[in-house]
Amino acid sequence: MDSDEDFDYYDAGDDEEDDLSLRDDADDDDEDEGYLDDNIIVSEAPHGSETKDEEVYPHECLSADRIVDLMVEILKEVNDIVNIPPTTLRILLAHFNWDKELLLEKYYEYDGNQERIFKEAHVVSPFKMKRSNKSRDVSCEICCSSCSSSFMTGLDCGHMFCKGCWSQYLRTKIMDEGMSQTIPCPAFDCEIIVDDAIVMSLISDKKVRLKYQHLMTNSFVECNSLLKWCPSPDCHHVIKVEYRDRRAVKCDCGREFCFECSESWHDPVLCVHLKKWLKKCDDDSETSNWISANTKECPKCQVTIEKDGGCNHVICRSQTCKHEFCWVCLGPWDPHGASWYNCNRYNADDAKKARDTQQRSREMLQRYLFYCNRYMNHLQSLKFEHKLYARVKRKMEEMQQLNMSWIEVQFLKKAVDVLCQCRQTLMYTYVFAFFLKRNNQLLLFEDNQADLEKATETLSEYLERDITTASIRDIKQKVQDKYRYCDSRRSVLLRHVHEGYDKEWWDYLD
Amino acid sequence: MSAHFVQKRIQKEILTMRKSPPPGIRLCEDSLRSAPEFMVELTGATGTLYSEQIFKLLFKFGERYPFESPQVTFVGNCIPVHPHVYSNGHICLSILTEDWSPALSTEAVCLSVISMLSSCTEKKLPPDNAFYIRTCSKNPKDTKWWFHDDQV
Repeated sequence: MDSDEDFDYYDAGDDEEDDLSLRDDADDDDEDEGYLDDNIIVSEAPHGSETKDEEVYPHECLSADRIVDLMVEILKEVNDIVNIPPTTLRILLAHFNWDKELLLEKYYEYDGNQERIFKEAHVVSPFKMKRSNKSRDVSCEICCSSCSSSFMTGLDCGHMFCKGCWSQYLRTKIMDEGMSQTIPCPAFDCEIIVDDAIVMSLISDKKVRLKYQHLMTNSFVECNSLLKWCPSPDCHHVIKVEYRDRRAVKCDCGREFCFECSESWHDPVLCVHLKKWLKKCDDDSETSNWISANTKECPKCQVTIEKDGGCNHVICRSQTCKHEFCWVCLGPWDPHGASWYNCNRYNADDAKKARDTQQRSREMLQRYLFYCNRYMNHLQSLKFEHKLYARVKRKMEEMQQLNMSWIEVQFLKKAVDVLCQCRQTLMYTYVFAFFLKRNNQLLLFEDNQADLEKATETLSEYLERDITTASIRDIKQKVQDKYRYCDSRRSVLLRHVHEGYDKEWWDYLD
Repeated sequence: MSAHFVQKRIQKEILTMRKSPPPGIRLCEDSLRSAPEFMVELTGATGTLYSEQIFKLLFKFGERYPFESPQVTFVGNCIPVHPHVYSNGHICLSILTEDWSPALSTEAVCLSVISMLSSCTEKKLPPDNAFYIRTCSKNPKDTKWWFHDDQV
């Protein structure tokens, strides 16, 4: 694509600054002013390539089959070193959350006392002498019928039950309770875990076997800190990383998400703040703020009152209270006499306190609504993304009718890509700022934010315009310049926030 | 699992209890109806707060018994006042739900309940009794028990 080549070209010239200072940012602002009026390309396109390098986070997308292969691979790898039967080894590995280094470390740390490791993992050591069950005819403790010993089976803990009861037990655990990796021996108070070989040998029903395998795969993925299911509904892929981090990963199904928290990729805001924010948007915490901002409490019985008209002489409707007070100062009504619309007792101390509390609630609500509106606005625009892609596709076809080649019109798709990225980033910048106290770095951040927002809206507007033969070259130039500018501003903003995380510039509100 | 199997197992348990009942446990013969349930009389162990008191314990067996636990509640006029027994007869005991094992039996449950009564040092209702009996389901197994205290 020609646009990418151009981009690299601009980057090649950039070798001076690699961190962002106040001055640097002010410069960028100035450039922007001139930039909006015409289409001079920002020749510095600062730091573009660096960000791209920074963003490399090695990860791969695995299909369901590959997950099972991976499990087998890990088992084999560890088995080559420690020579423990695979069934036991699988339970041990699951106990260590499939962290093979940790398993080996512990295994050798407990050298000579490896019993302990097996005990902690609820499995009988394979090196222990097996108890042999000699009695020929025994009674199964579950169904109370006597069976020949060949029909009895059990784990290495020595608790024997008949095969019929075993399979019924496993079926209940798997199908009704959804257990797989942690099914214990049926004997009371026995914690020894059932291995996969015995399950597969006792269960013949295909449905149960399949469910068991699904559950095992799922527990393998959930336990393993380097694996994560793709959060898209109906997507059965798993992302595998080399080290765990709060970074963006992309599934083959197209979904981009944060490896740490599985939410949509939310740079620059941290996972913990995003979680708090989403909870705040969902729960009723702001409802209570609305109540305190728009209502008052009866000074005597504390019942909540919303005044929807009438004079300031309020009589509490509560049957047992009937307190008469002044809506303005919240003091008792008596001294007010007949001045129903004026309160001259305005500075009474307790009345002031009540008003202060109300004021605070109002401010908090205002603040939340400020950030929420902006967040919702970008969220809403992102939801129209697929419509925009469809419209741009039509536009690209139109342009090809107007004697432009396929390659020449690709810039439009790229522009929509950038637009969506910018909107996503902007959306989360409001969540980020919501949790911050004001300081100089935040002011700087807000400048970056305003700048990116302005440029993003302009880009969006360009993409809405009609294209005619006369304007086509001009529009292409404008759109290309604008999306490059947006992209670079987005990098600048993100880098500033990241630097702030490293250097602890951000003061959080409690 | 066939109904035949469940019947057989319950029959076996009844037989054992009839033949050699452990001290303080007596099967109520008149409660043996066709429905898969029966009643057991428990006598509080001597030297404890419930000494010589008689309580009735109702066992109800589901289709998947013994792979799922039986429903066990105190019934009748005399329900022990105990921090783990609600005044409607529901019992908060881990082996009746998550620690249940198919290798356990009615007899083992009775012994556990007696031992739970015996280790009690002060006769009092569970702290959330009033709220619980107003809101709980009829079946104690529908309650998500929170076993917060293993001392009593």
